[in-house]
Formats: sequence, C-alpha cells, structure tokens
Amino acid sequence: MFRPGFLWPKGRKTSEEAGFEMVTIQVLKTDTPQPGERANEADNPTSQVMRFGPDQPLRLDCGVDLAPFQIAYQAYGTLNADKSNAILICHALTGDQHAFNDHPVTGKKGWWLTLIGPGKPIDTDRYYVICANVIGGCMGSTGPASTNPATGKIWGLDFPIVTIPDMVRAQAMLIDRLGIDTLFAVVGGSMGGMQVLQWTVAYPQRVFSALAIACAPKHSAQNIAFHELGRQAVMADPDWRGGRYYEDGAHPHRGLGVARMAAHITYLSDAALHRKFGRRMQDRELPTFSFDADFQVESYLRYQGSSFVERFDANSYLYLTRAMDYFDIAADHNGVLAEAFRDIKTRFCVVSFTSDWLFPTSESRAIVHALNASSARVSFAEIETDRGHDAFLLDVPEFIDIARGFMTSANIARGLAGTSLAGPR
Amino acid sequence: MADQHVLPLPRTTTQAPETHRGDHLLVADMVPRGSKVLDVGCGEGDLLRLLETRGIDGRGIELSREGVNACVARGLAVVQGDADTDLINYPDDAFDYVILSQTLQATRQPRVVLENLLRIGRRAIVSFPNFGFWKMRLQLLVGGHMPRTENLPATWYDTPNIHFCTIKDFVQLCDEINVKMERAVALDLHGRPLRLNAPWWFWNMFGEQGVFLLSRAGRTK
Repeated sequence: MFRPGFLWPKGRKTSEEAGFEMVTIQVLKTDTPQPGERANEADNPTSQVMRFGPDQPLRLDCGVDLAPFQIAYQAYGTLNADKSNAILICHALTGDQHAFNDHPVTGKKGWWLTLIGPGKPIDTDRYYVICANVIGGCMGSTGPASTNPATGKIWGLDFPIVTIPDMVRAQAMLIDRLGIDTLFAVVGGSMGGMQVLQWTVAYPQRVFSALAIACAPKHSAQNIAFHELGRQAVMADPDWRGGRYYEDGAHPHRGLGVARMAAHITYLSDAALHRKFGRRMQDRELPTFSFDADFQVESYLRYQGSSFVERFDANSYLYLTRAMDYFDIAADHNGVLAEAFRDIKTRFCVVSFTSDWLFPTSESRAIVHALNASSARVSFAEIETDRGHDAFLLDVPEFIDIARGFMTSANIARGLAGTSLAGPR
Repeated sequence: MADQHVLPLPRTTTQAPETHRGDHLLVADMVPRGSKVLDVGCGEGDLLRLLETRGIDGRGIELSREGVNACVARGLAVVQGDADTDLINYPDDAFDYVILSQTLQATRQPRVVLENLLRIGRRAIVSFPNFGFWKMRLQLLVGGHMPRTENLPATWYDTPNIHFCTIKDFVQLCDEINVKMERAVALDLHGRPLRLNAPWWFWNMFGEQGVFLLSRAGRTK
C-alpha cells in the first residue's frame, strides 16, 4: 500500500534536476509539511505579491468576477528604462513562480535553471524575468487553497473554475500593474506553452516573441483522460472530504500521490524508464513476494508521489488540470486555428521532443501549420531525445542552443540595448 | 524557346566573397531588398543568412532535423518540414519569392512542388544540378556507370536525389505547366555563370547547374 512521505530523504534531487541519477535507497521520512504551512504559502507566499482590490475584478470565462484576488510572482534581473526587456515565464501544471530561486517549501533549486540565469538563453543580466503563479495555483496566487475573504474560510470547491485564458488575463493585469506594455518574450513549456499561445492570441500586440515548448493548441482526449484519472484518484481519497479537507487539517495525500504517480509516467518515455531502471531491484536481490516496492521504478514513482504532496494542494491540482482540459484555441475561432493567429506580428519559436507522447510533435506541427497559414514568423524544431515530455525541464543541449538562438535573434530584431550577444551575426 | 534564356545577368556574382556559394549569390541578387522569401530545403541556412544581411525577410523549410536545429540556433525562422507534403499548408501569395535551391531533384513530385512554389510565391527561383552536364554524360557513356561529381558525390543507392533532370527537361516542364521564365542562368562547375548568348544545347552540355527565375504566365490554366 502506498503511503506518502516515507520513501525518500529530504533534499534529494528530483528527477528533473538529476536526470534520474538516483534511485538507490529507501528511507523513512516523517517531516511532511503540515497542511497549515501549505495554506500559509497560499495566502502569504514567500515571494512578491500583487493585490487587486474589489474594484479590479478578474473576469473569468465561467462568468464569475473574481475580486479581490492576488498574484504571487518572482522577478529576476532589472527592468530597463523603456520597459522593453521584460520576459514572462509561464509555468507548467505543477510548477510555480520559483523558476530561478530555491523553493520556499521544499528547499529545492529553481525549476528552470537550465534556461534562466546569467549567460543563459533567458539571461537575467540582460532581461527582466517575471514568473507568476497561475490563478488557481496554490503558491500565493488566488486559488482553491486561498482564504475566501467573504467567508474567512478556505475557498475549496467554492472557488470558480478557471481556464488558461483566465490565467493569462490575470498575468496581463500583473504586467499592466508593473507598467509594462509589451513583453519582449513569453516563454513556457507544457501548460506554460498553452499560456504562451494564449498570450499571442489574446494580446498579440503585447508579445514581441513567443517560445512555446512541448505544448498543444488544444488538450487531446487522451490527455483529458489522464487528467480525469488523476482527479478521480484525489476524490476517491477519504481525506479529500468533498474538497473541505482544510477544515480538519487533513490532505488527500494518497489520492494526490497516486494522481502524481500516474501523471509522472506520462512525462517520461518507455525508453527512458528502461534505460534508467529496467527491471532492476531496489536494494534487494530477490523479489519479496509482497507488494513492497521491489523494483526501482516503483520506488522512484512512490518518491515522485510523496514529494509532490509536500508542496501541492490537491484541490489546486483539480482546478489546474481542468483548466488544461478546457483549452482549445481553435474552438474559440470558428474551429480554424489559423484564424486565431491572423496577421500576427509576434516572432514564434515552437519546440517539441521526439519521445514526448503527452504533447507529441504532431501537436506542435499543427501550431506551426496555422502560423504558416497566417504568414507568421515561426521557427520550429523537433529535438531528438528519449527523455519524454519532461525534456523541456532538463539539460538538453540542443534545446538550450535553439532557445539561445531564438532569443538572440529576437533581441537583435527588437534592438534592445546591450546586444553584444554571443553567436554569429 | 531559344529566346527565353537571353536575359540580363546580375553583375555582382562574379566577384563573390568566398564565404558564399556562387549559386547563393546569384539567387540573392535576384531578390529585391524588402522582399518576403521562403527558402524550401534551406539546409543549414546559409542562403537565408545571406538574404537577411541584404534586408530580406527570409523563412525556411528544411527536412533534416540537424539542418533545422542549426538554423534555429542561428536565429533563423525555419520549420522542420517536407517540400512534398508541407507546402500545401501555405496560403496563396504568402511570399514574394519562393526559393528551391538544389532541392527539386530530391522531391517526390517535382511538378507538384513547382506548381506549389508559384502558388505560394509570386515568383520562384529554382536551381538544380544539370544531368545533361558533359561530365555526367561522359560517365554514363564511357564509364557505363551512374554519374557522380564533386557536387553530387552520392552513389546511386544512397542518393537522396531521385528526380534528376537536365536544363532542357526543366525548360520543357515550365512550358507544360505554363510557367514564365523571367531569367535563366547556367553555372559552371565552379558556380560561375556561363556566357549569355550561348544556345540552349550549350548550356545543357556545359552548365553544371541551372538557376531559373520563374513567374506565373497568367491565370489561363
């Protein structure tokens, strides 16, 4: 039976950071954060917060005006005088605003150090890099784990359903508040890539360049199915309590852990699992003839499940997976994706990975075809790797090179100051 | 047909900086500044780079993943795609010029590709190796084997080039599909243009490659 929080020593690298260089031991761990800590991070995050009062509601697609609300964000680098060097990073389903700093709950390093930092493609010496927690998230932007000011209680399932366009609308309000008119770039992978596309559709004149990685113009039936599996796992946990677990200081650890385990498989590839784990045993020579984690791959997945529940709110997981399910750009444009990008001036770069079966190359190609039909300026590269969907978070040199080339050319086209960039010209 | 190839030649091609291929310079000279260009089969983006330095808005399609990744890493707007299958995704008149440089012979359906080029672009520039080149003929005639040259070193069994043609063949195809030849140039083995007033048979014999600037001959068909 899977019990969370008992498998992995704290502070170990995640698979993303280590590229799987672990899987050795199985250690008891009892220091799972209390639900109160998580709730605290939701209301009073360890990052900057922009608050929007009752007079500035966020108009949601479901028809609700959300007010007041707040957006938690991190910003790195310096905004230049004419505010033309801002880059918005959009995080994925289980990401947050802590792209380039240590995580306040887990202590782990930022999740996109491969791409962000001094001398990196998203150069913090050159750009003002903003990363905001999405609306509906649980790391400080208003979501189901936040306190509803009207009742003084945690929102839970009373929180309205949010969509990818809602997330982007909220980000635009943040950008407005920061006094930035046009973003030099919007960058993101997976659900972050969906937000990138939505930005270019909703605010084409405000996005100079867009880097959309491992994403799709719509969520496929298979992906909706996986999300439904995850949600049902959460809801089947007795500790979920109809979404009102906060009141009792509970958290559906088991359900959310199972959801994460299932989802994590979709982020990897058969080849990568085989390469890293094969059928190797975990600290034993022979099978125990029990349901212990005999296999390394089991131990690894359990670790993924247990470490995830430390930092993520179960209801937030329900809301964000739902937001992805509803995403379909073409549906809002008479079923024609190209219509969404009509006359767009934004410079695009679309990247996919050969072994990504969650957001396969065909999805990226659909975006590219639509952009071609709109005569948009688009680059598209498919990176060969066996590391699956998660490749966008990993150190894949070919991908980093492409990101660098795209950012450099966009920088030159934008005529940003200090463009003595590396690379040929 | 004989009058069609007597067209003005760009002057700058002869003093080429060694960094650029002769046919690239010739092609680049055919494109006015400010044009919007699609390079089909752009390889590692050398021609696109040349065009960009001349203030031309260039995009590319390339089949090989390595080529695409090199292009994008160089900051070029290039997508991974296949001339045979992906040109249909582009709307009519999307570009001023569509370039097919040394790629026609590698397509499955050269005729369809050619028609697509002139649908997407108002003009097309096509260059291809001339299989009527005397060295080719000699190898087949005397050597009795499939020709291989410095520029086409692949053996018959692993060449990507599946639809070779001669300059004469190409001119014939243009006539058939009602394409107007605005300029035609034959280049020698070193990428230098052959003399202008030679007859077609001379070009077909001594041109190592042909470069053609094409446009629609009108909407009669």
